[in-house]
Amino acid sequence: MALPQAIKAGLPCMNLLRMTAVPILEQLYLEERLLRSSAENWCIINHGTSLPTIVMGISGRPSELVELKPVLRDQIPVIRRFSGGGTVIIDNGTLFVSLICNKNAIPGLQPYPHPIMSWTGQLYGQVLCEFGDFHLRENDYAFNSHKFGGNAQSIIKDRWIHHTSFLWDYDARNMEYLKLPSRAPKYRSARSHVEFLCRMKDYVPSRTSFIEGTIKSLGGHFSIRPFDLDELGSLSSSLSGSTKLLTRQELEEACTSQCVAVR
Amino acid sequence: MCASKSNARPHSPTCHESDWHLFDASWVPIHPTRLNSLRGIRTITKHTHAGFLIMAMASRLMWASRAASYLKISTCPRAFSTVIKDLKYADTHEWVKVDGSSATIGITDHAQDHLGDVVYVELPEVGSSVNQGKNFGAVESVKATSDVISPVSGEVVEVNTELNGSPGLVNASPYEDGWILKVKLSNNGEVNSLMDSEQYSKFCEEEDAKH
Repeated sequence: MALPQAIKAGLPCMNLLRMTAVPILEQLYLEERLLRSSAENWCIINHGTSLPTIVMGISGRPSELVELKPVLRDQIPVIRRFSGGGTVIIDNGTLFVSLICNKNAIPGLQPYPHPIMSWTGQLYGQVLCEFGDFHLRENDYAFNSHKFGGNAQSIIKDRWIHHTSFLWDYDARNMEYLKLPSRAPKYRSARSHVEFLCRMKDYVPSRTSFIEGTIKSLGGHFSIRPFDLDELGSLSSSLSGSTKLLTRQELEEACTSQCVAVR
Repeated sequence: MCASKSNARPHSPTCHESDWHLFDASWVPIHPTRLNSLRGIRTITKHTHAGFLIMAMASRLMWASRAASYLKISTCPRAFSTVIKDLKYADTHEWVKVDGSSATIGITDHAQDHLGDVVYVELPEVGSSVNQGKNFGAVESVKATSDVISPVSGEVVEVNTELNGSPGLVNASPYEDGWILKVKLSNNGEVNSLMDSEQYSKFCEEEDAKH
């Protein structure tokens, strides 16, 4: 499908970076660098990630969020990302879409969590309403009351990022690595992971139709410019970010504290 | 809502994240006072020897004006965010209270109202340096981390460790119990570049009016 190449008059430019199976840790490092070191708007799309990985928000504590014994047994990586929000387990069935914007990029949009969340709900609603009963439920994207998209944000002085992990497909067995969160949206109604979630592939014809629809929806607000990963070399790679892969020692210590708490 | 009276004296300050408003019936000024702005609802919670009177939301503008006059605060009735006179403010919505060569820093009522429920505060290390206009930490509110920008430069001498266990203090008491850090100022002159309460109130109104 041909992308709109001409710069649309009056619309800010957004660089579109498309990746496949880039490890989530690398994606998060890249996003944090782009958020803090770039002055441009970005849309980053990554199809899947190479290994099942647990990703917690900035304040996440593995002893509270993760079933540490099986995680340690199966050597599942656990990452604490730079943005807020909850814990997800991602794999090659996850689709990532991240939006990094200058605070004035969208006229009338206040750079605060709720307005940004609402705006993205409208953006994706345009794409997904024809496929199902799409809702922005509290801070999740859902068909009816079944979540398929989890969101997180990071807002700095003049820019913000809103990134989403979409469950195109998922392995239900991986959910066993996560505890039921103590802090959950009300609409979850204490449902298990499997009862709460749904798969996008059961609603949307193809990943391509979703991605191209999203790009078209963004095209109503930005002039989209395809960008190659190789062109990013000039960005500073020395920026020390907040995203962190937890070490085995940290996970073992958390497991010990988890066991003590149970006693 | 209904009005009720109680002669019970509370043991500790309370902050109600609800539609209940608690006032002293005779408007006797009492302490401690905590201001909380929740989506247009202003709540003033006070201890009183005489008991409590619960006021309906319909009269909030009247009591807000009287309370504001006593408490030396300015009000932004349109935004329902509160500012405190004698503090200085940054356009990134942090406040600073200068005391000689020291300063206390936090985020404003406007900021906490727009962020939502704070669930985590990333505090700087004691002994580290902060620089005017640069981030020194972050607050997490449900799904978002938001940088906190220092309004002044200096050395961190104390951080509010209460926020580790009670991050909601930033929402409940942004100008008092929800303070974030204290610094030894390296350049007192920087304070002159900040807004006073009236300028900040106007800034908030203009910012909200744009959106």
